[in-house]
Amino acid sequence: MKKKILMSGNEAMGEAAIAAGCRFYAGYPITPQNELTAYMAQELPRRGGIFIQSESELAAINMVFGASASGVRSMTSSSSPGISLKQEGISYISGAQLPAVIINVMRAGPGLGNIWPAQSDYFQATKGGGHGDYRLIVLAPASVQESYDLTMLAFSLSDRYRIASMILSDGLLGQMMEPLELCDPDRPVEKIDKPWALTGASGRKPNIVQSLYIRLGDVEKHNLALQKNYRRIASKEVRFEGKFLDDAKLVVVAYGSMSRIAGAVVEELRKQGKKIGLFRPVTLWPFPTEELEELSKKVKKFLAIEMSYGQMVEDVRLAVGKGVKVDFYGRSGGGVPTEKQIEREILKALNSKR
Amino acid sequence: MAKTYKRPESLYDVATHYCAGCGHGILHRIVAEVIDELAVREKTIAVAPVGCAVIAYDYWKFDCAESAHGRALAVATAIKRVGPDKVVFTYQGDGDLAAIGTAETIHAANRGENLTVIFVNNAVYGMTGGQMAPTTLLSQKTATTPLGRDAKLAGYPLRISEMLALLDGVYSAERTSLSNPKEVLNTKRAIKQAFENQIQNKGFSIVEVLSMCPTYWDKTPQESVRWIEEVMSQYFKLGKLK
Ligand SMILES: Cc1ncc(C[n+]2csc(CCOP(=O)(O)OP(=O)(O)O)c2C)c(N)n1
Repeated sequence: MKKKILMSGNEAMGEAAIAAGCRFYAGYPITPQNELTAYMAQELPRRGGIFIQSESELAAINMVFGASASGVRSMTSSSSPGISLKQEGISYISGAQLPAVIINVMRAGPGLGNIWPAQSDYFQATKGGGHGDYRLIVLAPASVQESYDLTMLAFSLSDRYRIASMILSDGLLGQMMEPLELCDPDRPVEKIDKPWALTGASGRKPNIVQSLYIRLGDVEKHNLALQKNYRRIASKEVRFEGKFLDDAKLVVVAYGSMSRIAGAVVEELRKQGKKIGLFRPVTLWPFPTEELEELSKKVKKFLAIEMSYGQMVEDVRLAVGKGVKVDFYGRSGGGVPTEKQIEREILKALNSKR
Repeated sequence: MAKTYKRPESLYDVATHYCAGCGHGILHRIVAEVIDELAVREKTIAVAPVGCAVIAYDYWKFDCAESAHGRALAVATAIKRVGPDKVVFTYQGDGDLAAIGTAETIHAANRGENLTVIFVNNAVYGMTGGQMAPTTLLSQKTATTPLGRDAKLAGYPLRISEMLALLDGVYSAERTSLSNPKEVLNTKRAIKQAFENQIQNKGFSIVEVLSMCPTYWDKTPQESVRWIEEVMSQYFKLGKLK
């Protein structure tokens, strides 16, 4: 029987991880994601997993490296300043081709910023916050239910492709409570073979988890293999949602909690007969580039709305064809664009001559 | 006739990349002999550092994770927690364990992680070309202390094993050296004990090993072992710390 409960986005991601078979979590307190760490402290040990409050985010991500190298589904979570500290480990995890799930409940920056919601870590998440040519699968939920569903998906994708996945949530989504439908507790947890894992060299040659390739040429070979994997993911795992796209004259592009607010405005304007559509990327990497390109063959006006000063909009501009206008509206630093402001920006873009 | 001396099963039959007179090769062999004697090769997981010993997995015949610089004990913590039946150890230089990884070291020790730590103190950063390490002695010349380490500018050689011995989470801490055959055997005894502690669930055990780096000490191998005995071990006193 499926159960419906009321939960915060933060707790939903914790619950999803455990349901997906995550058996190791390490984290360091930071607002606005503390409920997730507390949830794991409470739930994980009694459901057969290991919880560690680490001494820093650096330690947490490197613990995830160790647990994942042992073949165990593992996760860490933090918010923006802590995610910056994790970049070293994320790069090593990527180099060693380890699966891992990293949750970023974004807050405003740069620096300590404040604890209010923001979407200003888009570049860091999608363009590589650490060193080297690597990619993360980046998933952007827009509800508590999706925070749960996409966290479960992240474990599956990470294991299947041997890649780290990041859930890009924010302070709004993390804190807000909504009804959540949990998956069947009796369903079997997906099991993916990990012959590379460090389990002790019994009856086989030793396994080595490494990111160093000393001989000249070997890192290039390794990188080419990584790139091949990234191309495979990009061709198979793009996810997005479109609304009112068929006859739209202007399409609003927004992700995560921003798409919720913008979506409400779009629906309201539709009721007034205005031909506005909504395009919501669910995977920020791989970005739905081809889908936007296709859409831009008939829609000539786009408006990207973000809780940042223009990060995702760069990918929108790269995707659309020539002669297509992409406007931008954003606020960041704790300020969330209001419905009024969004409506004003939409009408401005819609009515602009070009 | 009985064979009394052979290559340990846990050690590949290959030449190492280490410099002449370096201690790492001796220490790798000691670790391999101990793993064989305890018959735990098939459940051993090593965590290699960033430093001269980064490719220790080219020499040891058991599973191995290569960690980021200084993070070996965070990586090892998780490996042991998710596999409590495994035998997990880190092998780290002084830069790795006592500079960039100080926080990971202290907190793994303080949590009393059931791990074995082999800490190679050669008083310099070998891999990057002989710079000052936290353990570099006062007045010792290195690439970054060309006039000798001056306490006013660079602080004092760090006795991190003594610091760790103060922690309730630490079960045992000992300092040994590789400067003569007797000390080599003593190092082997200490390392075997540190692994036995883990197997018996006793908790965090660290063995600090004073080890030669003739290349960056600008000494011959013979001068290097003498320097350990006459100078280095005066400051880093050998023996059981806890
Ligand atoms: C984050 C980071 N900083 C610096 C380095 C460069 N580096 C490689 S090894 C090393 C020092 C190693 O010294 P030690 O731990 O004493 O080991 P040894 O080489 O002497 O055995 C440094 C600084 C690195 N690899 N990563």
